[in-house]
Amino acid sequence: MSQIELAPPVAPDWHRWRDGLFSGWANGLVTLATLAAMLWLALPFFRWAVVDAVWSGTSADCATETAGACWAFVGAKFRFMLFAFFPPPLQWRPALVLTLITALLTVSALPRFWSFRLVPVWLLALVVIWLLMAGTAGMEPVSTNHWGGLPITLTVSIAGLAFAFPIALLLALARQSDMGIVRCLAIAFIEVLRGVPMIAVLYVAMLIVPMALPSGAAIDKLLRAQIGVTLFFSAYLAEVIRAGLQVIPSGQKEAALSLGLSRIQMLRLVVLPQALIAVIPAIVNLSIGIVLNTSLLAVIGIYDLLNAAKTSATDPIWLGFYSEAYIFAALVYFAICFTGSRYSLWLERKLNASNRR
Amino acid sequence: MQRHFTHRKLFTKAFAATAALAAGLIATSALAGETLDKIKARGVIKVGVGTTPGFFSPDSSGRWQGFFVDFGRAIAITVFNDAEKVEFTNSSPQQRLPALQSGEFDILLSGVTQTVSRAFKLGFHFGPVVFYDGQGLLVRKDLGVSKGEELDGATIGVQSGTTGELNIADFFRKTGKAFTPVTIEETGEFLKALDSGRVDALTQDATDLAAKRTQLSKPDDYVLLPERLSKEPLAPAIRAGDDQWLEIVNWTVYATIQAEEFGITKDNVDTFLKSEDPAIKRFLGVDPSLGEAIGLDPKFAYNIVKTVGNYGEIFERNVGKGTALNFERGYNQPWTAGGLLYSPPFR
Repeated sequence: MSQIELAPPVAPDWHRWRDGLFSGWANGLVTLATLAAMLWLALPFFRWAVVDAVWSGTSADCATETAGACWAFVGAKFRFMLFAFFPPPLQWRPALVLTLITALLTVSALPRFWSFRLVPVWLLALVVIWLLMAGTAGMEPVSTNHWGGLPITLTVSIAGLAFAFPIALLLALARQSDMGIVRCLAIAFIEVLRGVPMIAVLYVAMLIVPMALPSGAAIDKLLRAQIGVTLFFSAYLAEVIRAGLQVIPSGQKEAALSLGLSRIQMLRLVVLPQALIAVIPAIVNLSIGIVLNTSLLAVIGIYDLLNAAKTSATDPIWLGFYSEAYIFAALVYFAICFTGSRYSLWLERKLNASNRR
Repeated sequence: MQRHFTHRKLFTKAFAATAALAAGLIATSALAGETLDKIKARGVIKVGVGTTPGFFSPDSSGRWQGFFVDFGRAIAITVFNDAEKVEFTNSSPQQRLPALQSGEFDILLSGVTQTVSRAFKLGFHFGPVVFYDGQGLLVRKDLGVSKGEELDGATIGVQSGTTGELNIADFFRKTGKAFTPVTIEETGEFLKALDSGRVDALTQDATDLAAKRTQLSKPDDYVLLPERLSKEPLAPAIRAGDDQWLEIVNWTVYATIQAEEFGITKDNVDTFLKSEDPAIKRFLGVDPSLGEAIGLDPKFAYNIVKTVGNYGEIFERNVGKGTALNFERGYNQPWTAGGLLYSPPFR
């Protein structure tokens, strides 16, 4: 007997809401109580953030009894929170860096542009970013001490990911290698870095490394932090890539070898293209983690977005508007990470769809 | 065999590339020498600062401002006759001493407390104390107390894990009065306790209390008592081993103190150039013999006062009465006015 498959009937939206929230008197009571609690919490916040807020003016306008949130503070400190100590006359340079990063991220996010040509493009972009920030022939040099704000947050994350990737790839391959010593070293590296918090890695980079160097040699503070971040994430990324490598059935590898491909050709042509595509969503998730983790750079005195926002509230003229500063930073982080996580979901669906095809 | 060979070659290459990269990234600066030589060769003084409102904080354009920052600029004037040849870098309390030790900074102007163990065990030299801080008491004005002793039976908030807890207990034991300590972990709660009347007073380093007072809902209802329960002398710190650099730091600070004692300010300094007082003539370099004898620009003190002002001006501009911090001079005024600031003679 043949059966006709019918899509299950879908109730209209409001039906589902009603059934979910008010299916019985107890359930309805819980719903109402939750709503009341939300209003009770949200109304004072709304009052503070919108109704009583001071949108423009000076800190004196915010000091009145009735004043709520001081968004005028964010207006006055907007430049500092975004670019920190970068000299104001030269701030078109970090602004250009932000534009460049946004444009490249957008292009790289679309699967239609995925190809190995993106690798040299990104490496070139990192060089351009570095030249724009540090200055080069014709542009006034700016010491890394003056870099800060959002460009630091984004550049450290992106450079961290870019440099961690080859290291992670080698680590992941080494961990599967059948040379005992190489495998042990890779496992030791990965497990040690995954076993300590990132803040410990940063402290080592900040405090121990300069003392271990011969006298007179000095590595730039930001570079030391960047190396720390890179090594830390290479360990996590290695595990993500290893998961991808394990997806590839060993039959494919054996087939490739028996066709006369060298081991490197086998990796390059057969294993990696499939393994890496499989773990792209996981890498996007890890990248979101990197962006959020860069806020730890604040503890070693680097002015990332969060530290710049916090510091802007220590200006005696605008003293103590910490809530506004943190809300601003939170919104920027949220915008970046929410975009990233939605993208990751979309990508997962898209990749799953193309796999099933 | 073959397989192992290519494998190994891949890794050898990778390791060689990494090593070459690392070697390239390590910028070898000139060999360690005297700090002052390095500063002169570099053309800029590297100063480590903290972030406390009024003492060191960036303004909206990202330029460092504050009490300690002005001393950094004064030192740049002594060395280069240019207040801008100084680079300030923020350093957290945990990393500032190692950073000074490793040569990342030439001087710390980050409010380091001078202690005997830091001098002996860590090998630091301290310049003259530029700010006499200490544990203070922030009390509600309507209690009508003017001294810590009068807080008999009061409830006092302390932040946990600080030396403040021990100091306040010692203080009350010494005075024979009773008090109830309320230990509070988090800064926001600490302030709320006073705001809500849960405690009568808060105790912590006076510089911190002055900044926190501004965040209370009605700052003017509270007063920071002039009394100090502990000694926190904040002084510039440098690495041991460069006496000349230390002297430059010393006499830069003394110049600001001496200028205040003479009554020389940023605005009236030029009228003092005509003074007949030989001490003032030597101080301002009208008589250049002193500067020539010590190997500094004879007009260094003049340049400092002309650019950043005397000690009192630096104090009032950054943390004094007109500012949000509203600090009393207290111990931080010249000995002639009953404070602890005393400059050795310029002769």
